[in-house]
Amino acid sequence: MAGTGVVTVYGNGAIAETTKQSPFSVKVGLAQMLRGGVIMDVVNAEQARIAEEAGACAVMALERVPADIRAQGGVARMSDPQLIKEIKQAVTIPVMAKARIGHFVEAQILESIGIDYVDESEVLTVADEDNHINKHNFRIPFVCGCRNLGEALRRIREGAAMIRTKGEAGTGNVVEAVRHVRSVMGNIRVLRNMDDDEVFAFAKKIQAPYDLVMQTKQLGRLPVVQFAAGGVATPADAALMMQLGCDGVFVGSGVFKSGDPARRARAIVQAVTHYNDAAVVAEVSCGLGEAMVGINLNDEKVERYANRSE
Amino acid sequence: MVVGVLALQGSFNEHIAVLRRLGVKGVEVRKPEQLQSVRALIIPGGESTTMAKLAEYHNLFPALREFVKMGNPVWGTCAGLIFLADKAVGQKAGGQELIGGLNCTVHRNFFGSQIQSFETELSVPEIVAKEGGPPSFRGVFIRAPGILEVGPEVQVLAEVLLPSDRPAKRSAASENLEEEAVAEKKVIVAVKQGTLLATAFHPELTADTRWHSYFLKMLDEDSQEASSSMALSSGNLSLSDPPKYELPIIHY
Repeated sequence: MAGTGVVTVYGNGAIAETTKQSPFSVKVGLAQMLRGGVIMDVVNAEQARIAEEAGACAVMALERVPADIRAQGGVARMSDPQLIKEIKQAVTIPVMAKARIGHFVEAQILESIGIDYVDESEVLTVADEDNHINKHNFRIPFVCGCRNLGEALRRIREGAAMIRTKGEAGTGNVVEAVRHVRSVMGNIRVLRNMDDDEVFAFAKKIQAPYDLVMQTKQLGRLPVVQFAAGGVATPADAALMMQLGCDGVFVGSGVFKSGDPARRARAIVQAVTHYNDAAVVAEVSCGLGEAMVGINLNDEKVERYANRSE
Repeated sequence: MVVGVLALQGSFNEHIAVLRRLGVKGVEVRKPEQLQSVRALIIPGGESTTMAKLAEYHNLFPALREFVKMGNPVWGTCAGLIFLADKAVGQKAGGQELIGGLNCTVHRNFFGSQIQSFETELSVPEIVAKEGGPPSFRGVFIRAPGILEVGPEVQVLAEVLLPSDRPAKRSAASENLEEEAVAEKKVIVAVKQGTLLATAFHPELTADTRWHSYFLKMLDEDSQEASSSMALSSGNLSLSDPPKYELPIIHY
């Protein structure tokens, strides 16, 4: 509002501070259309086609799946825009791409090539150790990772229109994703039963903005769509995340690092739709071939991507 | 009265929440046999390719076509519109299966990618005539389809003016020039044909329940039970249902 002499008072609408061109409702709206779906990591157009054919509701375009980033090490950055464009041309479902935490120029590049969603991801090497991207400045929506309620609400305040658990990407081990979703849901349950007078102190404790904490209390859930991510490798993992209360699932290395990607992708998609129907989950889990090799997270040497940002 | 909501993927929770606000029970439909217990069906927004794949896996298409053919009211929003259309262009390689029944041609993802998603006030004379309320309806268009042409029996309920700065998205060689000409001015975004209703936008994402009650009235017209069913159904909402926590509806 510079120049008009009008000062905008902070905090008018709890989460909907936004630009005219791309209102927050439209950003959240796409995430709502993805609910009950599976978003798969793909590294080329061919994999994107397999994912689309299996019934993925979106694909995440990246250069290396998290398992390879773990194995190869080095600095992981945004993918080559050319690769992302190729993937975008190959499919009709939404295409997401990852930008490094705090690297707003990577996000600007992704916005300019017409990506549908940006994942500000801890799987890539962090570009800014203190600050995340100010996502209100973008017309394109963002998804961000979280480990607990406070972290989720901080990201939403920064403009994220969708939240996912961090889990531990590239491990094929669902333990961290379960921990994170349990932590978010558990905190929301505590909050829901809390006296209004106690919410101020609770907001301070979880280091989240009061208005969003209060809104979460009233809604009984996060004010944006919440997916599970980080370590989902089997249809059962995916159905577990759905039963724990997630709106959908990201599958990273789990599909294309397995023996029969097309079949596993399809099975995970079906397991997410029929997550409450054990007979269907059992049926689709039969004869899927080898799952990705998992990593035991008790090993001290395994780097924790989830701890890369707060 | 029980209204089914196709719950393969997408915004089915949102539809059920709006129905609940109107005192109507919405049930999730995932399998063919579940269609037998409902008298009307809403096909929600979502990814139409994903929904088509899931419907195919569980052999839902024959049952859905039968449901439409029997004259049951069916309403498709966004992806649901694509499902109901007789013809869709802009599909994935290899195409996708449709239910059909609605005599129109739909362009999938007509407005472009997410960055071209928008909200606008739509003029909805038919809805206002039946349901009252303000003269316009806030249409939320998310990677939305557009209706390129309709048959003579199809009633157009809403149109949207195309923004002039819309980037030329359709570069694919397969799409012809004739379409280009249509695209210049207005595009149809809501239609009705007999018992079929279709919208390219998402009434389930707004607080305005007029489209839903308009659809519920189509049910009453269709049957002998008449409006008493509305009153009855509110009692059917059992208290033992676990509480559902829904996303907020964002107003400005």
